[in-house]
Amino acid sequence: MRIKCFGIAKEIINQNTLSIEDDTILSVQDLRRYLENQYPRFSQYKSFMIAVNQTFALDTDQISSDDEIAIIPPVSGG
Amino acid sequence: MNQDFDIKIIDKALSIDNAYDFVLDSTCGGITLFVGTVRNHNKGETVTHLDFESYRPMAIKELTKIAASCQTQFETKKIAIYHREGLVSIKEKAVIIAVSTIHRKQAFLACEFIIDQLKLNVPIWKKEYLMDGSHWVNARP
Repeated sequence: MRIKCFGIAKEIINQNTLSIEDDTILSVQDLRRYLENQYPRFSQYKSFMIAVNQTFALDTDQISSDDEIAIIPPVSGG
Repeated sequence: MNQDFDIKIIDKALSIDNAYDFVLDSTCGGITLFVGTVRNHNKGETVTHLDFESYRPMAIKELTKIAASCQTQFETKKIAIYHREGLVSIKEKAVIIAVSTIHRKQAFLACEFIIDQLKLNVPIWKKEYLMDGSHWVNARP
């Protein structure tokens, strides 16, 4: 599973794309839990969103390695 | 691709003329233009420049949804939304929004709606450079 990282997420993970080999990640919620365990700084930011196939996802949405997944930190355009 | 929308994320200077020319329409009596510029201070600190990053394909999709919602809510005719990416200096244009409508009121409403929604939901991030460091805006714990 490859995860695109932007903004502060890119700095926390220290790369543009995070590769995860973990068969237990089946939902957005699983991914959040994984990120918070591996990178404790994520738990400081409550408003991180996850996008699946370029659409904001719900925690209950299922994900697989075929999906385009991205971590969306709090946005600040404009 | 909706022919009534011109939505771009660009790493070069944004053109007000291009936005205006795109929305200009013979059926419309009003055009609003919003230009977001880079200011030299924020929360009491001196800002030297900004660096914008976007998740470009998703940002374009989200901006297209916002524009489509304006067509329904405000009966807009044409909409241009241009956003900068990369390093942007003080006084430069970070974003341009242009809207044309038959009557002026809807053009004002739609323009404000678009910039408000852009700031809430569109995956674009700004890194603010200060005299003594830098940080991603809205991402301080």
